[in-house]
Amino acid sequence: MSKKILLDSKKIDIILKRLVCQLVENHKDFKNTVLIGLQPRGVFLVKRILEVLNIDFPHLKINNGILDYTFFRDDFRRTSKTISANKTSINFTIENKKIVLIDDVLFTGRSVKSAMASIDSYGRPKSIELLVLVDRRYKREIPIEANYFGVKIDTFKGDRVNVIWDDNSKNNIIYIEN
Amino acid sequence: MNKLTFNHLLGIKSLKISDIKLIFETATHFKEIINRPIKKVPSLRDITIANLFFENSTRTKISFELAQKRLGSDIINFSSSSSSLKKGESLIDTVNNILAMKVDMIVLRHPSPGSSLLLSEYTNSCIINAGDGANEHPTQGLLDSFSLNEKLGDLKNKNILIVGDILHSRVALSNIYTLNMLGANVKLSCPLSLIPKDIENLNVSIETDIVKALQWCDAANVLRVQKERMSKSYFPNDREYSMLFGLNIDKINKIKKDIIILHPGPINRGVEITSDIVESNNSIILDQVENGVAIRMAVIYLLASKMNFSIN
Repeated sequence: MSKKILLDSKKIDIILKRLVCQLVENHKDFKNTVLIGLQPRGVFLVKRILEVLNIDFPHLKINNGILDYTFFRDDFRRTSKTISANKTSINFTIENKKIVLIDDVLFTGRSVKSAMASIDSYGRPKSIELLVLVDRRYKREIPIEANYFGVKIDTFKGDRVNVIWDDNSKNNIIYIEN
Repeated sequence: MNKLTFNHLLGIKSLKISDIKLIFETATHFKEIINRPIKKVPSLRDITIANLFFENSTRTKISFELAQKRLGSDIINFSSSSSSLKKGESLIDTVNNILAMKVDMIVLRHPSPGSSLLLSEYTNSCIINAGDGANEHPTQGLLDSFSLNEKLGDLKNKNILIVGDILHSRVALSNIYTLNMLGANVKLSCPLSLIPKDIENLNVSIETDIVKALQWCDAANVLRVQKERMSKSYFPNDREYSMLFGLNIDKINKIKKDIIILHPGPINRGVEITSDIVESNNSIILDQVENGVAIRMAVIYLLASKMNFSIN
């Protein structure tokens, strides 16, 4: 099994700042926008994005939450494992809101599809956008694309992309394992 | 994620502590879901469940039905009074005919103890026991402990009192098994005529002085006197039962401490419990009802996850 480092902490920081600028450009004051991290890994990314937003744009007040879509997955009873659920925390209405779903890696697109089905339980949003840190291009099984992405990468079948978040953000790392 | 160690929910007796923890953890997620504006998930959209109720039920039947609907499954409801059982068909034949119509799961309430076990052995389906005579009512035992867990935290070494008709109660037995497994201390309080033989072997103690028992406990689960199951008289009358074992404000005031009050319903107000206690801040009776849906969703979901998907 080999590991290839894709992005180190410094590069991740630069990407995060760029993604934040893109979000601000499109959502201005964030009055009608909510950021929702997808369980389990998107939660870490939304936390980092909020930290950058807080430093670079401290005047912005941003609604955010976390979403677990386990019970909306399309592979229930089709894997040998019982899929573990995580916490959902959305303490606001999403009716007519602009939603930005946030996840670390976009692969087949099935997670995002399940998340979009799940978000309907909270009302009818005005729009849904997708932000990811890593886009594994040419691997989609359904027609879903990210509105904001950190990097696009090519991977082989069996490759695994791991995003490791360090508590103090100094040793964040993204690597490919095969 | 771990899987359940069983394929049918027949009783708490056959469960392991890891099963109870997994059910509680999953129920916590489902409780959040049933409090969303849209309370439905599509997980079980390819599953059909038959609810076979051979005894009257309000709460349990509605609770199971809601749990199934919120998981997205198809449901058929069966009533024994308008069925071919009246024409002499056996339980196993009736169930096998229902299963031949591609039903995946059976929820069974039946007056005979062991009826769920019988179906699990002689039919090819997943069986959930929704109460079999005076034997067990596992989902009630689970939801009572889940509700207590929400209020008291870890139940290890917590003192839980069960007051009422223990002899005829399937709820009592399922509660005793669940609470024992979670490490709680269990005490029973009722007329000695309503105590089953050898119940002490289940690691419970007995206290006939209700005030002493209430003083000892952190929570009291009050059970109904099940007159429909009584073939003879076990106490002189309702008035005397109420005076000695009924929960009322006088008895609660005497103990000078806050305890949590549970009741699985249906309530006979003025007999085993008075209205002021039912409606007091210490009562979690309606929390039990809400948690019942979440627990039943968890049980159905986890059992369904063990049934492999087949395109045929």
